[in-house]
Amino acid sequence: MTIPASTIARDDAAVAFDGVSKHFPASGESVAFTALNNVSLTVARGSITGIIGRSGAGKSTLIRLVNGLEKPSSGKVRVDGVDVGALDEGGLRNLRRSVGMIFQHFNVLSSRTVFGNVALPLEISGMDRRAIEARVRPLLDLVGLADKHGRYPAELSGGQKQRIGIARALATEPKLLLSDEATSALDPETTQSILELLKRINAELGLTVLLITHEMEVVKAVTSDVAVIDKGEIVERGHTFDVFTHPKHATTQALLSGLPGSKLPEAIARGLKPAAAPGDRVVVRLTFFGAAAERPLISQLIQSIGAEVNIIAGTIDEIGGKPYGSLVVAYGADPETVEKAERFFSENGLVTEVLGYVA
Amino acid sequence: MSPDLLLLIGKATLDTLRMVAIAGFIGALIGLPIGIFLATSGKGELFPAPNVNRATGLIVNATRSTPFIILVVAIIPFTRLVTGTSIGTKAAIVPLTIATIPFFARLVEAAIRDVDKGLIEAARAMGATPMQIVFKVLLAEARPALTLALTMTIVSLIGYSAMVGAVGGGGLGDLGIRYGYQRFMPDVMLIVVIVLIVLVQLVQSAGDRLARRFDKRSRKT
Ligand SMILES: Nc1ncnc2c1ncn2[C@@H]1O[C@H](COP(=O)(O)OP(=O)(O)OP(=O)(O)O)[C@@H](O)[C@H]1O
Ligand SMILES: [Mg+2]
Repeated sequence: MTIPASTIARDDAAVAFDGVSKHFPASGESVAFTALNNVSLTVARGSITGIIGRSGAGKSTLIRLVNGLEKPSSGKVRVDGVDVGALDEGGLRNLRRSVGMIFQHFNVLSSRTVFGNVALPLEISGMDRRAIEARVRPLLDLVGLADKHGRYPAELSGGQKQRIGIARALATEPKLLLSDEATSALDPETTQSILELLKRINAELGLTVLLITHEMEVVKAVTSDVAVIDKGEIVERGHTFDVFTHPKHATTQALLSGLPGSKLPEAIARGLKPAAAPGDRVVVRLTFFGAAAERPLISQLIQSIGAEVNIIAGTIDEIGGKPYGSLVVAYGADPETVEKAERFFSENGLVTEVLGYVA
Repeated sequence: MSPDLLLLIGKATLDTLRMVAIAGFIGALIGLPIGIFLATSGKGELFPAPNVNRATGLIVNATRSTPFIILVVAIIPFTRLVTGTSIGTKAAIVPLTIATIPFFARLVEAAIRDVDKGLIEAARAMGATPMQIVFKVLLAEARPALTLALTMTIVSLIGYSAMVGAVGGGGLGDLGIRYGYQRFMPDVMLIVVIVLIVLVQLVQSAGDRLARRFDKRSRKT
């Protein structure tokens, strides 16, 4: 592929969206629609970057711009510095052969065996039989389908079909893997195993993964960076850990509220009062990161305030590879206890938020 | 029944088979690319040419809506040009082929359109050329449906070939009309009908079996 010098940018990003908009003109029954509005975003090389948003937010449109399945109405999309919009048909095909893609509905050929499906992109790029054979075998090992190589997709489970999709996407040894809702059609357990596989591929092969989803669980489990898209605009982005622990935009907060551990038990939430009456207890959310998540905080807290502490809700989890904990506790609202508790929190670097008071 | 008559029936059967085989072969050969083109040349499709697509569709419809017997008569000059005669088995092959082309093309179009659009998308994402998509995805995935389309085409051809008998085309239909009807020999008519039924049954079950063998979409035990 020869690339005109003018299309090469100096940035080091695997993918860069630069003021990208996408309008779909009115046709027949449907009215004109702006699916993406001035999106700028970079995907760091070697990262697993997530894009999350509600249905219809423009996620699929955005990812399809990366391999030129869709053309931007304005703005530029660069892959490894190459302006996708400036490529002709032949250039686009070359680009696509170096970018793998996996799909929500797997899109594997029912007429081909597992082996044949993984071989397809290699046949398309004109590789000879023997080289294909040598390339496909280790890939089937990698995704755990070696014993199924002669099976047809109809004989496999959804998770196994997606493994074909992943092996197929990796067949041409791409540097970038695009994933459009790859786990949305799978149950939670299978989702976990597919995500583990993506993580391993990212670590072992060092390839960049751009992953689109509407599930916060998926973002939390595998991504290092995330962008939140809403009605065609990027409303929040950053390291996954930061976005999760300090969500700013209402859409992010709404998407996060579905996660387990982020909600108070219904009975407590209903009894919360904004001000304390004598004898009430204060309800506080503690957030702790990194090393703090691994210390026996609760027993230390009880020791230092010398009072009774209830644990109301809590999760200890990992976000973007960092341990993270969120704990809702209640203790006496009398000034003495409160002061001791606050001293303990600041000594231990805990982020606290008073949620209210209960009798 | 006299051995002469049996010989006649045997020859008529062979004539029918020859007409069906040749018209089916040439018709399918020409109908297949036309069907593929119809299925892939709409706006925003693999080979976008919406105007040619519409024009082709129009011609196909026109040919299909012409009653076969009228088609046979209407193209006599063309038939004579191609075969040098307008009667007999050889001449009958021309209108049979002409009728087969649009019939098969429409069935091919439907079979190709039935292929999951997600597979075309996946192949595009792999960097496939439109031709690679046709051969490696569309034709491969539509193979069971195409087999059934060909089966249906041959079955209709057997029916049409009996009709050309009415205009001196030879074959089983010809025999049935000349002996069974004009000379009032109901036993000949009966045998002709039975042979036709058997032919259709054989073609249909062979086609079904082949299509099932090609179909990998369902689990087999
Ligand atoms: N070819 C098209 N023509 C017109 N409108 C389109 C087209 N493709 C997408 N859209 C519109 O653009 C918007 C964004 O679509 P997109 O498929 O990108 O959403 P999404 O975020 O992927 O949603 P989902 O999670 O449901 O897959 C939708 O409102 C959709 O109707
Ligand atoms: Mg989508």
